Amino acid sequence: MFVVSYISISLLIVLAGVRFKESAQPLATFGAGVTAVLSLVGWIVVKANTEAGFPAIRYGFGGWAPPIGIEFVLDGLSAFFLMVVNGVAAVVLWHSAGNLDKHLDAHPPTFYALASLFLLGLNGMILTGDLFNLYVFLEISSLSSYALIAIGSRQAPLAAFRYLILGTVGGTLYLIGVGFMYAMTGTLNMIDMMAIIPLIAEEPAVLVALLLMIVGIGVKAALFPLYGWLPESYTQTNSISSALIAPIGTKVAAYVMIRVLLFVFGASGLNAVWPLSEVIAYLAGAGILFGSIMAILQKNLKRMLAFSSVSQIGYILMGVALMNPLAFAGALFHVLNHAIMKATLFMVSSHLERQEESVDIRDFNDSYRVKYPWTMATFTLAAISMIGLPPMAGFFSKWMLALGTIEADHWVLLGVILTSSLLNAVYFFGILEKVYLRRSGQKEASQASMNEVSWGMRLPALILALALLGFGFFNVPLLDILQTLFPV
Amino acid sequence: MGLQSDLIPLLAVLVSLFAIPLIALSSRRPNLRESWTFLAALIKFGLVLSLIPGALRGETVGGALFDIAPGLPFELEADPLGVFFALIASGLWIFTSAYSIGYMRGNGEVKQTRFFAAFAMSLSSTIGVAFAGNLFTFIVFYEILTLSTYPLVVHKESDAAIQAARKYLTYTLTAGLLLVAGAGLLYMETGTLDFEAGGLSALIDSDIASGKLWVIFILMFIGVGVKAGVMPLHSWLPSAMAAPTPVSSLLHAVAVVKSGVFGVLRVSGFIFGFGVLQQMGADVLMMILSAFTLTVASFLAFKQDNLKRRLAYSTVGHLSYIVLGVSLMTMSGVLGSVLHIAAHATMKITLFFCAGAIYVNLHKDSISQLDGAAKVMPWTFAAFTIGAMGLTGIPPINGFFSKWTLALGTIEAGQWIPLGLLILSGLMNAGYFFPIVARAYFKPGGKDLEGHGEANPWMVVPLVSTAMLSVIFGLFPNAFVHILDLATVIMEQLFNVGGDL
Repeated sequence: MFVVSYISISLLIVLAGVRFKESAQPLATFGAGVTAVLSLVGWIVVKANTEAGFPAIRYGFGGWAPPIGIEFVLDGLSAFFLMVVNGVAAVVLWHSAGNLDKHLDAHPPTFYALASLFLLGLNGMILTGDLFNLYVFLEISSLSSYALIAIGSRQAPLAAFRYLILGTVGGTLYLIGVGFMYAMTGTLNMIDMMAIIPLIAEEPAVLVALLLMIVGIGVKAALFPLYGWLPESYTQTNSISSALIAPIGTKVAAYVMIRVLLFVFGASGLNAVWPLSEVIAYLAGAGILFGSIMAILQKNLKRMLAFSSVSQIGYILMGVALMNPLAFAGALFHVLNHAIMKATLFMVSSHLERQEESVDIRDFNDSYRVKYPWTMATFTLAAISMIGLPPMAGFFSKWMLALGTIEADHWVLLGVILTSSLLNAVYFFGILEKVYLRRSGQKEASQASMNEVSWGMRLPALILALALLGFGFFNVPLLDILQTLFPV
Repeated sequence: MGLQSDLIPLLAVLVSLFAIPLIALSSRRPNLRESWTFLAALIKFGLVLSLIPGALRGETVGGALFDIAPGLPFELEADPLGVFFALIASGLWIFTSAYSIGYMRGNGEVKQTRFFAAFAMSLSSTIGVAFAGNLFTFIVFYEILTLSTYPLVVHKESDAAIQAARKYLTYTLTAGLLLVAGAGLLYMETGTLDFEAGGLSALIDSDIASGKLWVIFILMFIGVGVKAGVMPLHSWLPSAMAAPTPVSSLLHAVAVVKSGVFGVLRVSGFIFGFGVLQQMGADVLMMILSAFTLTVASFLAFKQDNLKRRLAYSTVGHLSYIVLGVSLMTMSGVLGSVLHIAAHATMKITLFFCAGAIYVNLHKDSISQLDGAAKVMPWTFAAFTIGAMGLTGIPPINGFFSKWTLALGTIEAGQWIPLGLLILSGLMNAGYFFPIVARAYFKPGGKDLEGHGEANPWMVVPLVSTAMLSVIFGLFPNAFVHILDLATVIMEQLFNVGGDL
């Protein structure tokens, strides 16, 4: 039931969005909002079902039984990701109403149609129980995200093109991997394949397929060192696209990583020949440090946030690859936190981009605190959470991840988490220092007057930032559930 | 224990938090704004006072509120040690509030609303540190304390202040992370982070490899040692003197640095337990570091001409008296430590108050400029002399008794070298404080002193009061708030009967 409604709503937005120019934004927001509410309902139902001992909700399309037909599966993991993706997307689209910037004036319906298509692809990727079908949805979301990214500065099409090339290569590698697996197992259904893999896990063809899939998804998830497309794309695109794609795009790729590696292959299948989970964990660790260091060196706020994404994705993938419930819960909680934090931060950057025409960090000075008091307060909250200081939510996902590294006896990775927190502090406090303390040459601070964006933009960003505080204090019910999602 | 009294620790934390929006909203009406601060300070002190009778009976009030991380409750509990620390911090906040008004207005400082709001936040987190019932809650407040003092350190917004604040953050954030790592390691071993008088029984009974135990101890000791100013982790403290003087007096002589030594007490007495530490030999490490610090800091204090920096190095030294006392792990040693937390607080706050009064009134911050200043500011220098005498360890001021108890502790533990260093450092205290006093009283003043009088009453009354407190607590250690009895109860808990907090 739920499954069907997601897809029909998404399609509806696409169609209606094209037809009525004015109604595009409200409709898209409404669609995402309804989907978010449905996701919440789905989460509650799944939770109740699990407690009552019922299995996950499965829906076979066209009435065909799963091994032959394609099915959608709503279990705890997919319900959680749906909630995060749709929830954040709804707030971002709401926020975008006040922010139709110069790049979008001409064609909002096209933009929102693409955005809805993008969300549709993501929802499909999360829900599907079929590896090939996943590829189809992957391409839907990817193609629409290439187009979304191309709307932006003069370099945006180039960045989008680069993303297109790399993304297509990644997608193709994944597809070849799926092909290998189909040849080996004779099925594309995840649950079916899960049962067969233990029997053939040591076959070379399975290993090749696994590697191809890891690299393929790794590109989409920006697993170090496959992040190359990400910084330019997020920097050059328009501010709505970056606020929409950055928080949730890579998260869904991380979801696919979890689904394929931990659920389909499972710990034993993944590490049957080579200790691949450790390789991924250390690559992720390298990505965390690399992303943080690169972020410190950036002079453009959006590029800094993009590199910070590379680093934060590392936390999530590391938590997944550590293969224990603590780290897994930490990773999933970080999916939620990082989606909210990045959305907030990109919203803040969109406020500045709108009012100042530039997001060059070197231009920041203490006139900003007078001009944008709310925006800067929002930024501060999100920054503290990014650094990982209590009582913000970011602290608790890092705490769980740290416990996970200890559990797995990976001391180096524990060191990575701690070091990266400090590096985060360096670049975020660098900005806070500029915004609150750095004297502007022309006494701008005293002369500047409030120049805030509309409440329609301030409010969504502020709500997300306060949500981080809320999730910081009341994370235990969620974390308890997330720990149980770890596949035994 | 009724529900009401169980909520007192929480209320004591929240009071100043609630004051923040009120302070922010009344930013255009300074008098109203400052009255919020006063109101919060008085209520907070009252709440802490109401906990004293229970604490004297060795009771613990409060409890877990909700789980803040899986398996780890957010726990606010007022045990005797917590009440003791909260009492000092909240009591002295009242004096500092009055003093701040005199200082900030007298000095024409900008952004006073931010100042008072951040100050209230810092006090909230200090009380949170005091009442934290487990290490995790402690860390939460410890980090909030770091963040909320940042705007205070950077208050002047000069380049020097920005540099100092950076240094401050670098040290304290690193320390916080190491503390988190230590807590994580411990939690994975024992499954609990509760504070337990005498040490965690889960840790004492466990068979953790001594290497791992050392790692945990070092991580935690650095974590709390940075704020406690143990060398070589101290250098943020002299830099942080860039902050306005009320901040230096309450936060960097009492609240922040004492939450560091308080952390040392919590980690060694309530997590590891003295028995385990002595078995590990960790007490020797603590003793060497603290004895080294208190000697070297005294030497460095000599070299400072800037009055506040000299006081800062003196603080570094005196904090290590406290750490040294803990490292002795004998009854008198730890008792001396606890008493010195209170004694150093009243004396050092007096000295900083005086330094600030001199700065506002005479615009002087160097010791070499103070010739003859006592004639102009008699009250201030009388108070300064009392504070200096106390820190040197001259009876009947409270500093004498805490030092005496510390000395007894070294004898009890048979540690002669620390005893020698204690005496040496006492002499050096005299050496770096009395020239200031002598200069102010006996050297003829320059022409620039003419036309200046005593500082305004908002500053003089607090500084005289804290000086009086030092004397009163020296003569009657149980006056008003039963400091000695409280400390005795703490010792009973630490050394005799364990029991969950």
